Amino acid sequence: MKYLGITLERPKIGVFDFTGCEGCQLQIANKEEDLKDLFDLVEIVNFREISSDRREDYEIAFIDGCITTDSEVARLKKIRKQAGILVAMGACACLGGVNNLRSRFSLSDVIREVYDRHHINTGPVRKVADVVHVDIELPGCPISKPEFEWLVRHLVLGIEPQFPKYPVCVECKQRLNSCVLDMGLMCLGPVTRAGCNAVCPRNRLGCWGCRGPSEEANFESLIEILREKGFTEEHIAERVKFFNAFSGVLNSDR
Amino acid sequence: MLFKTITKENFKKMVEGLLEENEVIGPRSRDQDLGGNKIYRFLKINSFEELEMDYTRSYSSPKNYFLPFEEDLATYRLNDKDWEQEIRYTIHPRVIIGMRACDINALLKLDQVMLKSVYPNPYYFARRRNTLIIGLDHEPLEDCFCRSMNTDTVFHGFGLFLTDIGDRYFVAINSDTAYIILNQFDAREVTEEDQERYKTVKKQIESKFKTQVDITILPELMDLEFESEIWKKWGHKCLSCGSCAMVCPTCYCYGIEEDTNLTFTKATKRRFLYSCNLLDFAAVARGHNFRPDAHIRLKYRYYHKFRGFVEAFSQSLCVGCNRCGKACLAGISPKAVIDDLIKTEKK
Ligand code: SF4
Ligand code: SF4
Ligand code: SF4
Ligand code: SF4
Ligand code: SF4
Repeated sequence: MKYLGITLERPKIGVFDFTGCEGCQLQIANKEEDLKDLFDLVEIVNFREISSDRREDYEIAFIDGCITTDSEVARLKKIRKQAGILVAMGACACLGGVNNLRSRFSLSDVIREVYDRHHINTGPVRKVADVVHVDIELPGCPISKPEFEWLVRHLVLGIEPQFPKYPVCVECKQRLNSCVLDMGLMCLGPVTRAGCNAVCPRNRLGCWGCRGPSEEANFESLIEILREKGFTEEHIAERVKFFNAFSGVLNSDR
Repeated sequence: MLFKTITKENFKKMVEGLLEENEVIGPRSRDQDLGGNKIYRFLKINSFEELEMDYTRSYSSPKNYFLPFEEDLATYRLNDKDWEQEIRYTIHPRVIIGMRACDINALLKLDQVMLKSVYPNPYYFARRRNTLIIGLDHEPLEDCFCRSMNTDTVFHGFGLFLTDIGDRYFVAINSDTAYIILNQFDAREVTEEDQERYKTVKKQIESKFKTQVDITILPELMDLEFESEIWKKWGHKCLSCGSCAMVCPTCYCYGIEEDTNLTFTKATKRRFLYSCNLLDFAAVARGHNFRPDAHIRLKYRYYHKFRGFVEAFSQSLCVGCNRCGKACLAGISPKAVIDDLIKTEKK
């Protein structure tokens, strides 16, 4: 691949699944018409969903899912050692994600409920950054293919990607959406990192915060506003804790 | 200025005629708020029936039809050694129906910056030139303070401006094109009776203004109260969400970003509207941020509106529509902030 006559290096990429629904990996495999171009840009050497290659010489590792077992911890550390750049990909890897809901219950109760008497080895839900150093977080539940491709272009060119620091409201207003808070629905858009084009409010759903907090988010003010609008503490807590994006922002969990 | 009248029936025919060759934008409602009020916005209409001439206020201003939230400034075809740039200023002829006096005055303010500066904005110019504006009078809402900003009436910057006088519209005409179009639909000379009705309606409108904002010495006050605690008070509530600037008819700040396609054969230079309330606004290379505090960013938004712009153009960069106040979840509105400033000064 050439960029204005300059030949670009074709970095070797590995995509690895941990505890999650694999939806983020599926996003990469989606949009088949672009796959050939993507493979021209990067060499995929380890990605179970699309190839049987299992090479260990990857330079960039994409991590999908949260970390729950000891064997996952060991595997992640090994990947970290090999990868020059490690990207946590999606809400599970960046935040703990939906899986974190189980942290509300005792682990033994959860195991009994789901697996009955089968023995299962699982620990607390951890985001990737709880275990190893993360270089880049690619947010979303799931990630979006255009944003993934945008990131890959940056990686190939060696430019630091700049994700928006501002919250979802900006994009929401730009799409001329009605604010769902005016319509009586809960929304975390004012404290959630933009970049999804406000897809949930666009469809008259509030934002759940899947992209994690915007930078310097004013949680206190938003929670005050939600209370004033009559949302109950339970409702607020339910929403705020859903993706584990805002741990510590409610007094109850301080 | 020329005046005529057109019956509502003929106005409908005119809109239908305009729909044949133009993209027509007008107020439409889609959702309702908790109080059961319709939420309006300026959207493309496909038939006269979709147009809601009795709308109150559009949630967002129609500025995006002149300064789009996102637009490609240039596209590039990249080859081995060089690139070819393509720039398009052309737009399809457009008609916007139902703009308020404040929104047209907002465009006149934008014109100062976009057309009359050292580097005029050709993209804006193309949209301004190819858009026929048909304005529409209304009775002010509870919180409209355009009167205080001297933007409740407008004398230029539009094609036609309508005032509802019962079974017909009283029409102010401000461009040749508009005149020619109007005359195709049996517009009539203004009768004495029309004139009386028009005056009555105008008086009625005038009597309905409730909200006042005192801006007499505001620019000075802003300097005097530069360190005022009120900025912290409001800044503490501010979500730095940028909603105020997005819905505002006069905010024009933007960012520019460049990107290529996946094969590095095409590139785009894109402009998107921005807000000085956003954390990223004053961030520069290597992470330094000139305005890291929310309350300072909020202060500077007000400074630009009510002091900086006054200094440069002898007018405020605000038309008193209170859209920002409505959109702000934290309850920050020009009226509340300015009243607070005046109160502190009097203490
Ligand atoms: S719907 Fe949510 S994201 Fe959109 S403007 Fe309202 S609070 Fe912000
Ligand atoms: S609106 Fe919120 S929940 Fe929906 S995709 Fe965007 S960040 Fe995620
Ligand atoms: S003033 Fe209100 S609308 Fe504007 S950025 Fe602050 S919270 Fe958002
Ligand atoms: S009232 Fe608010 S939204 Fe309207 S022009 Fe003034 S600053 Fe902008
Ligand atoms: S108030 Fe802020 S966003 Fe609006 S035009 Fe001024 S600097 Fe730009």
